[in-house]
Amino acid sequence: MTAVTNIPTDAPLPRRRSRVWLRLRGNPSALFGGVLVGFFLLIAILAPILPLPAPAATDWNAIRKAPSMAHWLGTDELGRDVLSRMVWGAQASLLAGVVSVAIAMGIGIPLGVMAGYARGWTDAVISRVTEALLAAPFLILAIALAAFLGPSLTNAMIAIGLSAMPIFIRLARGQTLQVMTEDYMESARAVGLGHSVIIWRYIMPNIFPPLLVQATLAIATAIITEASLSFLGLGQQPPAPSWGSMLNTAKGFLEQAPWMALWPGVAIFLVVLGFNLLGDGLRDALDPKGT
Amino acid sequence: MLSFLGRRVLIAIPTILLISVFVFALQKFLPGDPVLALAGEDRNPEMLAFLREKYRLNDPLYVQYFHWIGNALRGDLGISLRTQQPVLELIGQKLPVTVQLAVMALIFAVVIGIPAGVISAYKKGTWIDWLANIVSLSGLSVPNFWLGIMLILLVSVKLGWLPASGYQPLSEDPLQSLRTMLMPAFVLGSGLAATLMRHTRSAMLGVLQSDYVRTARAKGLNERTVVLKHALRNALVPIVTVVTLLFGELLAGAVLTEQIFTIPGFGKLVVDAVFNRDYAVVQGIVLCTAIAFIAMNILADALYRILNPRMRDQ
Repeated sequence: MTAVTNIPTDAPLPRRRSRVWLRLRGNPSALFGGVLVGFFLLIAILAPILPLPAPAATDWNAIRKAPSMAHWLGTDELGRDVLSRMVWGAQASLLAGVVSVAIAMGIGIPLGVMAGYARGWTDAVISRVTEALLAAPFLILAIALAAFLGPSLTNAMIAIGLSAMPIFIRLARGQTLQVMTEDYMESARAVGLGHSVIIWRYIMPNIFPPLLVQATLAIATAIITEASLSFLGLGQQPPAPSWGSMLNTAKGFLEQAPWMALWPGVAIFLVVLGFNLLGDGLRDALDPKGT
Repeated sequence: MLSFLGRRVLIAIPTILLISVFVFALQKFLPGDPVLALAGEDRNPEMLAFLREKYRLNDPLYVQYFHWIGNALRGDLGISLRTQQPVLELIGQKLPVTVQLAVMALIFAVVIGIPAGVISAYKKGTWIDWLANIVSLSGLSVPNFWLGIMLILLVSVKLGWLPASGYQPLSEDPLQSLRTMLMPAFVLGSGLAATLMRHTRSAMLGVLQSDYVRTARAKGLNERTVVLKHALRNALVPIVTVVTLLFGELLAGAVLTEQIFTIPGFGKLVVDAVFNRDYAVVQGIVLCTAIAFIAMNILADALYRILNPRMRDQ
């Protein structure tokens, strides 16, 4: 019983969390990143109630009109309001970023923890498969998977998630291996705690911070990849709006309607910058060497 | 060094075999009947049965895999459905175009990224460092296909300085070839420059705090010599390996860049193959890029050992 009480519990975590939060709050770049991400999340959630025309509503009297009071960001080749499509496109982009990273984490973390915890053959097999998957360049793998699955936003998210998965396997495995060498793990094993208790109570909370940083950065990459796939015609299908597919259409009207290409790109840039700044800030805040 | 390389190649073999299984499985386990794609319009049962027999699709999966990998080892990756050319021949035709684009992009990345990283580390904590960090993070956040579109709009459409698309082989008209590739190479290189800047800054920060740099300063050497000769030379060891590992990013970036600037290279081949459901070409491309990526990893390890004498004894 005494040994059980000696095992460190999760008690220090709230203090650690507040320290991380304080560091994050003191980092203007990370705060700016958070504001950018928050802004786009807000407009994606509020899209249905914002006073904007329907994203697919065409107006044959307003084809390729420059920005004006009636259409703040102009109209596209079918007379659709660019601002409305941008707002609804935010839903597709953020959904793709979050869902694909959730897929990558949902499959990658259990596999990585399993490899690091079980070691031996399990580790060898999982590690070799991970290496093989990491050998194919991310975008090429995502394009190949999206092509074989068929073009749609759902399939693009699956393709991006599966392509991003090996990074999470590798990171979770490495972190688990590191945690396994800690004294409290030895104590937990010595008192005969079951595998699931050890994994959920001692491994998962301790490997979570670096995975969170990776997840934030991975969402940024996933958003760019979704835009790339939609740009190539492998993601969101017309008439549903997405920033990548808007750019794909805009490519054909560069001289006549340059605003069609400008705004979706600015939106992708800002939201990806936001996640990158937030990820960088989180990494600094969670770094034990940081002051 | 030779035994090291031999060991690395041996370790790579199971990885390559696993990739081949994955590439093979891509077509076999995902929805869609390849015979329907092969048959095109002619979908009568006899034709479908003939194609199934011809491409051994009635054989058990493992037999199909060994047949496919056996052919791949002999350099036969199948025939393109669209052009009826051998896949390897197609890749060989397109690769030089992408290599030219990649080399020019890498030159841009090195010329911008390394000096920016050195200056940023040397001026750590100043507005120069802050600006360099913001620019590099922006470089990483800009989708390169959008940057390409914006540059076409500005440089080609508005200013008329450079062609918006097309390709001229280097051997036919070197000057025109460089002109057509300048903008795509900049687009592809800008993201890599940002990555390189961040790695250079990080490596330089470590080296600038080391004892030998302090000693060099204590000896009274001027700052230029300390930074460029003592610090940068040592910081270059990890940077050179990073440059080698950027290969994957270059290939992936080339897919979109070539699409925007209509360059008939490897990247455009990928996209065309995807849209024409030319599965043999997609499989061949994934397999070849993965093998090339592993080769670049081995090269990076070898370079690291060559540049870092302490590693050679291990």
